[in-house]
Amino acid sequence: MEASPVKLDNGTARWQDILRSGAEAVAVPLLAVLGALVVFGIFVSLAGVNPFETYNLMYAGAFGSWFSWQNTLTRAAPLILTALCCALPAQLGMVVIGGEGALVIGGLAAAAISQTLPDAAPLVVQLAMAMAAMAAGAAWIALAGGLRHWRGVNETIASLLLVYIAIAVFNHLVEGLLRDPASLNKPSTPHIGDANMLSTIPGTDIHWGLAYGIIACVLAYILIYRTTFGFGMRVAGGNVKAARMVGLPVGKLVLVACGLAGAAAGLAGMVEVAAVHGKANASLIVGYGYTGILVAFLARHNPLAIIPVAILLGGIGASGGLLQRRLGLPDATVLVLQGLIFIAILTSEVLYGRLPWLKKVKA
Amino acid sequence: MSADLLGWWGVPLAVLAGAIRVSTPFLFVSLGECITEKSGRINLGLEGTLVMGAMSGYAVSYLTGSPWLGVLAAGCAGAVFGILHALICSLPRVNDIAVGIALMLFGIGLAFFLGKPFIQPQAPNLPSIPFGNWSDNAQVRDSLRINALFLIGVVLAPVLLWAFRNTRWGLILRTVGDSADAARALGYAINRVRTFATAGGGFLAGIGGSFLSLSYPGSWSEGLSSGQGITAVALVIFARWNPMLCFWASLLFGGAAALGPALQSVGITQGYYLFNAAPYVLTLLIMILTCSRDRTLAGAPGELGVTR
Amino acid sequence: MTSGFKLSRRSLLQGSAALGAASLASGLPFSPAHAKDVAIGFIYVGPRDDFGYNQAHAQGAAALKKLGGFKVLEEENVPETVAVEKTMESMINLDGAALVFPTSFGYYNPHMIKLAKKYEKVRFLHCGGLWSDKDPANAGSYFGYIDEAQYLSGIVAGYTSKTGKLGFIAAKPIPQVLRNINAFTLGAKLANPNVTTQVIFTGDWSMPVKEAEATNGLINQGVDVVTCHVDSPKVIAETAEKRGIMVCGYHVDQSKLAPKGYLTGAEWNWEALYPKLAKSVQGGEKLPNLVRGGLKEGVVKTSAYGALVQDKARKHADDIKAKLTAGSYVIFKGPIKDNKGNTVIGAGTERGQTDIELEKMNYLVEGVLGALA
Repeated sequence: MEASPVKLDNGTARWQDILRSGAEAVAVPLLAVLGALVVFGIFVSLAGVNPFETYNLMYAGAFGSWFSWQNTLTRAAPLILTALCCALPAQLGMVVIGGEGALVIGGLAAAAISQTLPDAAPLVVQLAMAMAAMAAGAAWIALAGGLRHWRGVNETIASLLLVYIAIAVFNHLVEGLLRDPASLNKPSTPHIGDANMLSTIPGTDIHWGLAYGIIACVLAYILIYRTTFGFGMRVAGGNVKAARMVGLPVGKLVLVACGLAGAAAGLAGMVEVAAVHGKANASLIVGYGYTGILVAFLARHNPLAIIPVAILLGGIGASGGLLQRRLGLPDATVLVLQGLIFIAILTSEVLYGRLPWLKKVKA
Repeated sequence: MSADLLGWWGVPLAVLAGAIRVSTPFLFVSLGECITEKSGRINLGLEGTLVMGAMSGYAVSYLTGSPWLGVLAAGCAGAVFGILHALICSLPRVNDIAVGIALMLFGIGLAFFLGKPFIQPQAPNLPSIPFGNWSDNAQVRDSLRINALFLIGVVLAPVLLWAFRNTRWGLILRTVGDSADAARALGYAINRVRTFATAGGGFLAGIGGSFLSLSYPGSWSEGLSSGQGITAVALVIFARWNPMLCFWASLLFGGAAALGPALQSVGITQGYYLFNAAPYVLTLLIMILTCSRDRTLAGAPGELGVTR
Repeated sequence: MTSGFKLSRRSLLQGSAALGAASLASGLPFSPAHAKDVAIGFIYVGPRDDFGYNQAHAQGAAALKKLGGFKVLEEENVPETVAVEKTMESMINLDGAALVFPTSFGYYNPHMIKLAKKYEKVRFLHCGGLWSDKDPANAGSYFGYIDEAQYLSGIVAGYTSKTGKLGFIAAKPIPQVLRNINAFTLGAKLANPNVTTQVIFTGDWSMPVKEAEATNGLINQGVDVVTCHVDSPKVIAETAEKRGIMVCGYHVDQSKLAPKGYLTGAEWNWEALYPKLAKSVQGGEKLPNLVRGGLKEGVVKTSAYGALVQDKARKHADDIKAKLTAGSYVIFKGPIKDNKGNTVIGAGTERGQTDIELEKMNYLVEGVLGALA
């Protein structure tokens, strides 16, 4: 976040400034999404489909009814946590794209530890699963961060390679050492037990993972913008050399940011195990980690913005089915729209400070 | 009965043949990325470009009946994606890594969207050249049927190396990549050079994709690329931006990918997931061993965000 | 046990009409089916034109469309997560589906079971043969004994192979796959007792480059007939054809992909089963919870023989096929040894198709080269 210089000597101007940048932070992404939707409309009309019918169906599928809202929020839940995996290191100027690896390793750790606690109370088991998943995910991403800090290995590529390695380790263990012999045709770890499953938020069929994600985002926001540690992260993100010069422990910042990032993705894996599948198997590997990258970038790595963006993407996912069934559009339509929105948001960076009606008045 | 069967000797032969077969997309994408990165930009979107190239190459080959036209179309589709990347990156405050991820997503989505009608039909494939006719062993002969695109890649790598070092274009490219300030002082149009470099990189990556759909495995499907494009981007870094090293790294990677099935075909069936991950572990290890915190990598373009 | 389950056609239609009305009330752009059409949802885990698993199901759905009287809803590339739950729910809530076919194995538990409990009036039929009496009555699961067709492929492959080396490319060493590998090998041994089947596991259901690499690896070891158990055999059939060896298909007919080398293949026959199931829903009959069958019940079939198959092979395979169709032949009949020398089915023991022990298969029979990781 580039805060505009604040004039402390003039209260009114300061408030105007805050309002201005606030309005800008909402207006620019909205414009970008609108722009992407227009291009998308042109795209589907080239494919022979009425764009307004498409918009209408997408709205109906994502937000048009209570069922659609629940569909959207359920899909958004894992994305909030995996987005944090990209957004936290981004404060330090690092691009970590390995959330998928931390998620599968976290899910595996959660499923494994539940087997060591056969007689414990459900709350204890759930807590242990969450801790194990977060620790495993944290270690996985911190490894990428550590390699960056001590060996100069590019964290983007290292974290990606670690995804492939994580998936191989995961499959090897799920089909070997940790396999439930009774899981015949879909190799899985043993079930964690019905009593240990995470329940749904009362009055909905959305699991508690959504709440975990929102809490994690709020905590991350406080960490980044309201603590000295977060300030240090942002300084180091701006300029590593300057940060070293003023004596900031850059190595520690990197490890902690990556660790927390991995913990968030690991927790997403635990939620998938404990709220959806009840066991770890190949169904955990469906790309939530990758979609999380998209969410983080669209939110400009602001943890609070992650929540609405994840809901937007969850909604796009939720509406994909209707587009297939009613309009005969392929499933990849959703990917095209996601790509367009991503490109539009990145392009819209140039609009900051340039929207005529939000331009800063020279004092 | 086994005069023409190789038994255990089949493993190194299979790894070699596999290296040649599997490495071509890595080779083209990494050479393309090499050009782009030399200009001081990284294009992570080559995975999307690769898939887009695979789809468009297959589609055009099917529609026109000429696989070479397909290759050309794949290259052009890749160049368009490269230009798109370059244009967006030339805007102020835009992060090239992020644009790459966006274009990866968009390229894959678009290729899947447009590629639906081409999953079923069979398009004409690229020819291969039989280099093994000297041998009376059928396996040797078949393994040495080498695809024309691979041979083009073999020639391209040293040519690029030479061009980087010895031509005016190479010099401009390296200057822009090493120091934008110096290039500006010398009067080069930085954005234009980078646009050309990214478009060229995209062109080669698109061709790499067409290899997947038109040669090996030789048909279009949505699971065709299992991350070859993005892995090739990683290859460039451990090949130190040297096209010849890109070539050897691609071969190594292709060979490692062929190791799993080759070992199983002679009866070593334990831990195939781990064998399948071998190329990734290898890349990571080599990066750990060759990178250093205190100095930038030898040969690294100074403007490249990824090494800073 | 299922009196509540038996729906008359009328109450079913009322149910879907009510759902339609509810959707209209919530302001959806709802395009209701013709009142007489029963809406049926099909969910595929991959692309529906993959020349494989998903296409086999899509052919079943296409047969329903041709029949008329049904509104067929299809979604492809739906992962085995909450996504499939929401897809089913969306088909039910927004399109009034009265019957849903989630066709991938991993859709069953917990996803389909959860939905079946929530929507008691909707029926769910899953491909995989997993139903047990603990599961809801409005849920069902079906599967085919496709190892019968694989056995016939094996016979043909055994006669046709010149090297006596067969290849089998499989995704994962799970019982369904092992049963196919073993049936194929046992069939081949009828034709040639010295035949071997080399197995390669790729690790996942759809990995085109690995599958091509595995095919080449097998060919380099002297294998001259390959078959497979992966989601899309397309790459394998094409690679085999390119290198001039023979191939037995799987899931659907792939003879188009390998016009020279295609011998025969083990195919699903969902085109026959789905109209039967859908009509019984339309007629308000009680659906069986567990449908299983092989050649006899017409759930699986074999591809037409290719030109390379000699008369001797055709005759032998046709003979066994007639016995299997009559239900008078047992494939897994002792003594059978695994490839480590242990007896897995003792002399005198016959394990017929419905034998539950076969569903837990965890061995490769003698003659298979390879091991379970």
